[in-house]
Amino acid sequence: MIMPPKEKGAEISRRDLLKTGGALATMALAPGVTLMAFGGKATADGLKPGARWGLLIDAGKCPEDCSACVSACSNEQGWENNGLDTDPQWIRKVTLRDKESGRENSLPVMCQHCDEPPCVDVCPTGASFKREDGIVLVNRHTCIGCRYCMMACPFKARSFVHEPVTGQKSTTPRGIGTVEGCNLCVHKIDRGDGTTACVEACQATGNNAMMFGDLNDPESEIAIAVSTYASQELRADLGLNLGVRYQNI
Amino acid sequence: MIRRFISVLIMAALLVSPSYAEELLPSIPKATGEPHPEGNEYWRVNHPTLLRHDRDLTVIDGIRDIDASLAQCVTCHAVKGPDAAPVTNESPEYFCRVCHDYAAVQIDCFQCHNSVPDVAELTGLLPLSQQDEMAKLQAYLDGVAQ
Repeated sequence: MIMPPKEKGAEISRRDLLKTGGALATMALAPGVTLMAFGGKATADGLKPGARWGLLIDAGKCPEDCSACVSACSNEQGWENNGLDTDPQWIRKVTLRDKESGRENSLPVMCQHCDEPPCVDVCPTGASFKREDGIVLVNRHTCIGCRYCMMACPFKARSFVHEPVTGQKSTTPRGIGTVEGCNLCVHKIDRGDGTTACVEACQATGNNAMMFGDLNDPESEIAIAVSTYASQELRADLGLNLGVRYQNI
Repeated sequence: MIRRFISVLIMAALLVSPSYAEELLPSIPKATGEPHPEGNEYWRVNHPTLLRHDRDLTVIDGIRDIDASLAQCVTCHAVKGPDAAPVTNESPEYFCRVCHDYAAVQIDCFQCHNSVPDVAELTGLLPLSQQDEMAKLQAYLDGVAQ
């Protein structure tokens, strides 16, 4: 009887099999038939250690009537908002108005990827977590849909999937009973695209209000911009050290 | 444990009388692509453990080039419907459902994961000989375009 190996053991035995058993298996096959390893390969890809991915958004360059970033996010990640309160909303356009001067300001708001995320503090299962490169994510495999994180988030950045979902993107699995929010296009980052869907769309419109990059890399465009020009966090009083920063608000 | 005992019984039955076993067991749809080097029997027993391990590699460590990815499963194991498009997990003919229905084990994967491959991956469904033809055709078209 074959016993299923332990989780780690499965990986080791599988790799060993690929390394050692592969040669034997190839020999045993008919001539002209080669046995290939299943799927991908064991490489050192994955997240960039020591990175802190972030966004810099210039509200001064963001027109009120433009929502290119919102629709780009919707297309990239496969969510749809039809205006209901219960519909998912990974990114939304917000208009700020100064009461004294009447000056209005339009800017996109999404998960701010806090360094000390309240959503992670309150999650009872550890599903809400911060990756080593600073991206705050929901692990839907362990999310139980309690929505504590939605209550804890000061930016209203997360939403809950109320309805069954079909036809998801293979890069963005999402489904009923779990909480979701901006993942900073984590699949694009892991792929090495070096940008997000919203930033791409913003640059395509010519407004160039958004910039993506590694805040910890002093050579990066975003780190230079942040250290050169004035920018601020939303609700800086909370001391959460956000990964998303704004200019001209 | 009981399920494993039953599967051993069934395997024993399979050895004794192949024709009898064919009536008992679900008929598993053929897959495209390269076969599993570990063998099908290993995957039949261990696929939940393998998938569970590799999903954590992807979600937490960002390693997307993994051995056991569900997207790869649904690509090679796509079952084509009458319209030649891959059927979704709504269909009882869906690869995973053939055995899971038989064993009465619920699959939760497809609440979040798409049960059919992305269009770009559909080339992978062609037999290997034809995939090569596709590459040659593409190379020819690229040459003409220049």
